[in-house]
Amino acid sequence: MSPERIGVYVCHCGSNIAATVDVEEVALWASEELGDRGVVVARDYQFMCSSLGQELIEADIKEQGLTRVVVAACSPHLHERTFRTACKRAGLNPFLCELVSIREQVSWVHTDRAAATEKAMAVVSGGVERVTLHQPLEPLHVPIHPATLIVGGGIAGIQAALEIADSGYPVYLVEREPSIGGHMAQFDKTFPTLDCSACILTPKMVDVGGHPNVTLLTWSEVERVDGYVGSFTVTVRKKARYVDESVCTGCGICTEKCPVRVLDNTYEAGLGYRKAVYRPFAQAVPKYPVIDRENCTYFQRGKCKACQLFCPTHPKAIDFEQKDEILQFQVGNIILATGYDLFDCRRIPQYGYARLANVFTSLEFERLCNAAGPTGGKIVLRDGVTEPATVGIIHCVGSRDHNYNPYCSNICCMQSLKFGHLVKERTGAEVFNFYIDIRTAFKDYDEFYQRVLEDGVHFVRGRVAEVTDAARLPGEEGKLIIQVEDTLLGKQRRIPVDMVVLSAALQPRQDSTEVAYTFGIACSANGWFIEKHPKLDPVATMTEGIFIAGACQGPKDIPASVAQGAAAAARVLGRIHQKELALEPVRASIIAERCSGCRICNNLCPFNAISYDTARMITEINPALCQGCGTCVAACPSGAITGTQFSNEQVLAQLYGLLLLNVSSGPVQQPQPALVPA
Amino acid sequence: MSAKYGYYPGCSLERNAIAYHQSAVAVAPVLDIEFVELDDWNCCGATEYIAIDVLPAYALVARNLAIASRQKLSGGNQNQVVAPCSACFLNLSKVDKYMSDAPRLAANVNTALAAGGLSYKPGSVRVRHLLDIVVNDVGYDAIAAKVQKPLYGLRIAPYYGCLIVRPGFQGAFDDPEYPMSLDRLMGTLGTTVVDFPVKAHCCGGHMTQISEQVALELIRQLLQNAAEYEADAIVTLCPMCQLNLDGYQEAVNRHYGTKYHIPILYFTQLMGLAFGLPAATLGFGKEFVDAAAALNKIGVQPPPKPKKERAGKEALPMPEMAAGGLSHES
Repeated sequence: MSPERIGVYVCHCGSNIAATVDVEEVALWASEELGDRGVVVARDYQFMCSSLGQELIEADIKEQGLTRVVVAACSPHLHERTFRTACKRAGLNPFLCELVSIREQVSWVHTDRAAATEKAMAVVSGGVERVTLHQPLEPLHVPIHPATLIVGGGIAGIQAALEIADSGYPVYLVEREPSIGGHMAQFDKTFPTLDCSACILTPKMVDVGGHPNVTLLTWSEVERVDGYVGSFTVTVRKKARYVDESVCTGCGICTEKCPVRVLDNTYEAGLGYRKAVYRPFAQAVPKYPVIDRENCTYFQRGKCKACQLFCPTHPKAIDFEQKDEILQFQVGNIILATGYDLFDCRRIPQYGYARLANVFTSLEFERLCNAAGPTGGKIVLRDGVTEPATVGIIHCVGSRDHNYNPYCSNICCMQSLKFGHLVKERTGAEVFNFYIDIRTAFKDYDEFYQRVLEDGVHFVRGRVAEVTDAARLPGEEGKLIIQVEDTLLGKQRRIPVDMVVLSAALQPRQDSTEVAYTFGIACSANGWFIEKHPKLDPVATMTEGIFIAGACQGPKDIPASVAQGAAAAARVLGRIHQKELALEPVRASIIAERCSGCRICNNLCPFNAISYDTARMITEINPALCQGCGTCVAACPSGAITGTQFSNEQVLAQLYGLLLLNVSSGPVQQPQPALVPA
Repeated sequence: MSAKYGYYPGCSLERNAIAYHQSAVAVAPVLDIEFVELDDWNCCGATEYIAIDVLPAYALVARNLAIASRQKLSGGNQNQVVAPCSACFLNLSKVDKYMSDAPRLAANVNTALAAGGLSYKPGSVRVRHLLDIVVNDVGYDAIAAKVQKPLYGLRIAPYYGCLIVRPGFQGAFDDPEYPMSLDRLMGTLGTTVVDFPVKAHCCGGHMTQISEQVALELIRQLLQNAAEYEADAIVTLCPMCQLNLDGYQEAVNRHYGTKYHIPILYFTQLMGLAFGLPAATLGFGKEFVDAAAALNKIGVQPPPKPKKERAGKEALPMPEMAAGGLSHES
């Protein structure tokens, strides 16, 4: 006979559960058959999560003196907190309430009412056995450090930094490149309004650069993150710029005098050149240049120093002796806004990129259009002078293609429409768009599509088979021929053009899995960072205190990236204002005397919560980092790790309860004491 | 010890493509590989039979697989069969794949095979194309080490045809849309390789028998493109492609009033030449379009590097191919 007084509450969830499970029968069965297991009251109710349903539970706790509560309803993901809070209001420790799922795991996945009802009974029985062994727990409280680390200085990171800094809290903004600005700084115009990208971006860059609350660390990378939500210790490598920022005025004479011309594969997307000492672009923030060691004549051959010679400051701002600096600081929360990489179009050789001169990537084309780009904004062929008379724009290059990336890259339709418009506006050339579907969701996007249609841009629905210079028909000589099945016409077409633009897919950063590992968050199979909930929690991650914003979470355009940057900032500000955070006490802990120090668990933890104490030769778990996933509990060969709320005893008891129903039809034994680690 | 492979020549290599067979057999010892011909093999059904009656077509092909698996050809833990003909290669690997995927088909095929005292367990034989063995098992470096007379000065259009790179399953060894393995192999032999844009296009196959007009147009496109690139020869790896481009070249010229004279050679023939083997052992002279003039162009010195056209001052930089990729001459 159980010493506990347990209440069982079975929810109809309207017809979600009641249509497939005989909920009255389940409640009746629990009160009659589970009496000797401690159940003193069992009820069913239409919507247990409603105020009235919750009040029912609260009243029973008070009037019947319940010591444990089992709610049979939806998944704990949805309403565990609701029912725990109800218990707490009635004076019962919230962790003595167990929510078992008879919706996601019973009614929604079965059709046989009798079998589903029986399974629901088993699930309830398991919950009753388990909750008997629950312990009252108190949440962990951790203080929140007011500073925030933001990784990535693109538009999403900039937006997040400004939101937090403007609210009066310190921000560390870490950017890998010499300047903030990200991909947006490379663009010419932005869809759908066609305002100048630089004109709307650079004021924000200037704000960040001069903000008293922002510590801007460009040409820097995060090397290590230790600690946990509220008090992370971040280690950043500030790469040597070889320019003394306290002296440099950003006059640019060093760049002018540098004799080395380097192909710029980053900012100019391989379409233009920079010097070995350079600022990526005129409006760069900060204004200080960097020396590219690999291409610098002095670093490679020990001679030159032209930049230092001509540097007009006293003392000279160029410092060839500068070393990388390692910085360490504390932050309470972290926002990752690391952006995307462009798909490598060489991977689709039949489209001719890097084989046929006049095939361009979308980023190359952005630089072509940009007034500050290599051609001063003139749309010309690779020879740098000839204006194209016909341009083909191919959508979905490397996206929506099971050979490369299955997903839609989100921005390419609008970007291709924008390209079409710019070509029309600046050259009057004929433009062909080759698309699978036109996706112009969101505000004012379809209106832009209509406008481009009115511009006279041609649209051919069909995936391009190849781009070739093998002329076959009259009029094709010297052209690039786009071979495509026009699926609206039902015909193969060959369309000769002068220039081809490939709207390339957005891909996760090539090092996204390593970055995810550094910060203890998860990546999808594609490599995008995974949010806590795709709809209801898109900027948080499963790791407390780490947020994501912008294209690192999935392909995104500028408005969506800005919205996510601001959303992540709002979440962080909420945390900072609370000053401390209550963490669920569902944690793994080590029974020190059982740990053999084998270290099997050490590298398994997805949240970096496990460390090894070399002095005591045992493993330790940091309770603030642990998210209670249970991986280490399962892996420990000596049963030395136990999970609060997930102990072996509790899980075995739940299994026993699940099988209890079948006691009549076969011998199911109580778990043998030997199986249960004490 | 030389590497052993089961060898399935297929019908073509006994007749029209005997040059392919002779040259393959001639270069094998140089590459340290040994071919063990399947006992009593039969036709793969080419491209037509499967379209007429599926079950007998599969059984016909499976009989060869059954023989191969019984013979334990290549020793070791893998039973590998080489097919030099692209159609044979595709049919053999296709039947193996479909039998693996569809147990009912496998059971039916095995019932048919049982009549001849044979059976085949899907997946027990690995079917590979000769080119795959040469470039992946032997490898470019080992081949380069065997080159005694580099084929300097010979401009080659590498032609893959449509079958070899298309099985999207086991057996695929190169990019289906823009393969590069033959390009690299030809480069290894010292030839000048042109970036042949139609390299994976169809030669017309048996359209020559069904609708000659269609076939002639497809053949013309290939010849025209090779001529535009000033190729001295087209190199192929498929008897069907060779037959169409070689045997029908005169018909194309007559029909379109063109004057193409482009010999169509097997890659094994050029390998043999580069290895210093006597031309007589490599099946030269069997081609309709005489290759002698082209072969006379082979020089002892590597051709001078083509002068890069000086790009204009305003010219934009050209993206480079990824490392490891072959940069074509033109």
